[in-house]
Amino acid sequence: MIIGLDVGGTHTDVVLLGKEGLLRQIKVRTNSSDLFATVLAGLEKITEGIDPARISRAVLSTTLTTNRIVQGRIPEVGMIVSAGPGMDPELFRTGEHYYTVIGAIDHRGREIAPIDAGRVLKVADSLKKNGIRYVGVVSKFSVRNPAHEVAIGDLLGDRFEKVFLGHRIAGKLNFPRRIATTFLNASVYPVHKDFFEAVVNSLAKKGLRMPIRILKPDGGNMRFDASIDHPAQTILSGPAASVMGSVAFAPKDEACLVLDVGGTTTDMAVLVNGAPLLDPMGISIGEHQTLIRSLATVSIGVGGDSAVRVVDGKIHIGPDRLGMAMAYGGPVPTPTDAIFLLGIGHGGDPEKAREAIQSVAEALGTNLQDAARRIFEQACRTILDEAGSMVDRINAKPVYTVHELWEGHRLQPRQILVLGGPAPWFAKGLERLSESRVTVVPRWTVANAIGAGLARTTCEVTFFADTERKIATAPEENFTTVIPSTYTKEDAINATLDLLRRKAIGRGANPEHLELEVLEAMSFNMVRGFHTTGRNIRVTAQVKPGLIHGYDPIAEKILDSSFP
Amino acid sequence: MLRAKNRTGLVFFPAFDWAISPTHPEREERLLYTQDQVFEEGLLDIEGIIEYKPDLVTKKDVQRVHFCVPDLWAVMTESHFISAGGAKTIAMAVMDKQVERGFALVRPPGHHANRVVHGARGFCNVNIEAIMIEYIRKAYGVNRVAIVDTDCHHGDGTQDIYWHDPDTLFISIHQDGRTLYPGSGFLSELGGPNAVGSTINIPLPPNTSGEGILHAIREVVLPILKEFQPDIVVNSAGQDNHYSDPITNMNFSAQGYAELTTLLKPDIAVLEGGYAIEGALPYVNAGIILAMAGMDYSHLQEPDFDPVKIRQSAEVSRWVHKICDKVLENWHQRRHLADVCRGDYQLMNRDRDIYYDTDNIHEHQQETIRVCDSCGGALRIDSAARGMKHILAVHIPRNVCESCRKQGYLWYDSADTTRYDKVYLQDRCGDVITEKSQAN
Repeated sequence: MIIGLDVGGTHTDVVLLGKEGLLRQIKVRTNSSDLFATVLAGLEKITEGIDPARISRAVLSTTLTTNRIVQGRIPEVGMIVSAGPGMDPELFRTGEHYYTVIGAIDHRGREIAPIDAGRVLKVADSLKKNGIRYVGVVSKFSVRNPAHEVAIGDLLGDRFEKVFLGHRIAGKLNFPRRIATTFLNASVYPVHKDFFEAVVNSLAKKGLRMPIRILKPDGGNMRFDASIDHPAQTILSGPAASVMGSVAFAPKDEACLVLDVGGTTTDMAVLVNGAPLLDPMGISIGEHQTLIRSLATVSIGVGGDSAVRVVDGKIHIGPDRLGMAMAYGGPVPTPTDAIFLLGIGHGGDPEKAREAIQSVAEALGTNLQDAARRIFEQACRTILDEAGSMVDRINAKPVYTVHELWEGHRLQPRQILVLGGPAPWFAKGLERLSESRVTVVPRWTVANAIGAGLARTTCEVTFFADTERKIATAPEENFTTVIPSTYTKEDAINATLDLLRRKAIGRGANPEHLELEVLEAMSFNMVRGFHTTGRNIRVTAQVKPGLIHGYDPIAEKILDSSFP
Repeated sequence: MLRAKNRTGLVFFPAFDWAISPTHPEREERLLYTQDQVFEEGLLDIEGIIEYKPDLVTKKDVQRVHFCVPDLWAVMTESHFISAGGAKTIAMAVMDKQVERGFALVRPPGHHANRVVHGARGFCNVNIEAIMIEYIRKAYGVNRVAIVDTDCHHGDGTQDIYWHDPDTLFISIHQDGRTLYPGSGFLSELGGPNAVGSTINIPLPPNTSGEGILHAIREVVLPILKEFQPDIVVNSAGQDNHYSDPITNMNFSAQGYAELTTLLKPDIAVLEGGYAIEGALPYVNAGIILAMAGMDYSHLQEPDFDPVKIRQSAEVSRWVHKICDKVLENWHQRRHLADVCRGDYQLMNRDRDIYYDTDNIHEHQQETIRVCDSCGGALRIDSAARGMKHILAVHIPRNVCESCRKQGYLWYDSADTTRYDKVYLQDRCGDVITEKSQAN
């Protein structure tokens, strides 16, 4: 059996999944000041009367690290950065304890200027003096040659509790993002570590030993122990949980939109042939642009409980939520009140809903029905317009080869999957206003927790080979090897897939059912003078986000029992 | 988050799957390290630097500028549709005011492509700047355009296309034609009889460094631009003046290119040549992007940069100053020089041999222009490529006068199709592109 747990702003959804389908679903109130208690309560409640030995995994999607970053409740961390020529590294300062040191590496991984050990040791002294316990080390082009980061790391020795090296965090080229990502990892490391050790220990004390996994924002999971070295990969996993909860019901041969309509916001994503689209660079959180792999999702401030106002004769919906719908005792009119008045959905106090819409109708100078219809339509239309813009942005993404540009087909989703609390109601409005087929995801209120539970382990490997310099490297994997000048693109692909396989298994993937995918494989002849002096080979491969092998029976059972 | 001072558009199209031939300088690898540098510096994350996906140009966009022989499909590859399209995309973003300035970092280049195209010369098939400029003239009604070509090679193709156009100022700064391909671009090349002074060549001696090139920009280019009052300024941003370029002999640097861009403030920059793909391009392109965006580039420099090693000699400085003085003198006397050039002629002829180094084609051209005070003049080109096609091409300019229009149509209508493989008409005023041949 599998447990899926998704911490939301107001509720935490927990499901228990078995061969028979969805066995249990519960909701517990989220106590944002004590997420530990929330998670523990959820896990205890869902496993009541169940033999813990039968639970093969519990996958958690929490808001712990996200909240800490957004609220700025993170410890002081030290950053040591060597940049060399280019942008002024001062521009990427992360805080008070940010030091730039001499040292430079070029785009092919060749050393331009060595690091100055004396200076690094002085920096270490002053970090130590200031009580810094967590340090990030980043050098420009370290993903081509990590030597400087490694050397700085060695100089720091064991004087600090944890040192994060940039090249182990992400394989992509982007120095400012590598700095930000390394900084965030160092920043959330202690809170992440404490939290999950507390969870595991408490469960053990209660006799609830079960393997715990963490959901990542790319819609995949990783083992808890693997997450200790990548704690920032636990941020913003919420939207990914919902997207993964709809994957089983997406068409396998075309694109579709996923809309998770919540109380405050609607999260949107795109599935292509059943697989979610990833953000090409990485997730952004607050001011931080990172290299953390993530699904391409967009969140807008329109949901069932969005505040509805009339300004200058025009309806404004959201982006804020001031409480529940008036029908449930909330303070201001909401789309949910309009839905109740129109009879699209039923709930709460009809008189209160009428009162809510009455105020809007008066401000608009129209009748109740018309006011409710206009609120509901505008909410649905805003969601559709924003979804359209998101698809346009995806289609406008630049490509760098003649082949891709010439053959590139445009994404045109013709189906919409809706989930979240008010999903069935919104689906009716979306259906009427769009040309797409609109489907409600079965078990729409807990599909997010189901998604967390059924997500597979994902990861990515970036590989680089230079036959002129006779090196192949995947710094993120701590891999460097000498290669012969005859090394080919095929050799590089094989080596990449091998590294990916090992990484995926290490992070918790099922070795029997690995779905590896080469994202990019390019080989360039390097010509100096009029002679080919070598090949410059770049390969990226991933385990793409999807559901664990054998999910189909479970998904089908969920589908069978979806509409009571 | 970092913000650009000027909202800057960028089309980055490295054509990673296109080459003239495997070891040719114009090959897949050319912008690889530039991409690495641009990505690693995080330039595309800067707020206000907006990357666009290139559109393709249409057949008509190309035919508005070129006479393609035997036809458009013979001279255009997919890659040319995209690189010209990248320039067009950036120009549209600028004209639509989505961005203040734009840089088309695209390949293949175009500034050696003439109006008549039998094949590739100087790595160029079609002139991507001219295609872009004529598109925005048509679509946005732009009239006066200045092109400043800072590629190390003379921009002879662009010069050819705008030779007779008084509304297009073409300034080329390059290594002296006596020492480098294509062997043209001398002081005396000032434009056709209807446009004397609107072509300006600044040939600089080998080993000119930043000091000399920036002197030419400050003392010659900027004052002339100020006087010409263009609606837009286009920079053909070749990067082969760099001290490490393998096929030229100049001593410019990444800092120099960034400063040149800051001084020139082009509305649109389009990449041209530049083949020091590791030692120069990554740093030069990063510098140009930062300069366009109005951001600090003072920390940018090549790993092997040594200002002492590339400093220009006193003799080079003297030569540069002399050339610049002469260019300004010609500019100030352009009306007088036009009178001298035109004499009492009503039609003037030019006879030329044009060699296509990339495709090894020998073309012979006889050009006839109607001398005119009110427009660019009707233009007739009789062009024969040895062992290949013989064509007649008639060009009627955008702001044509009635007499020149009549002359153009007379030339086209009376052309004997038995003498030519094809006869072309490019009526820019009436927006007519047509052709005739014996077969039809």
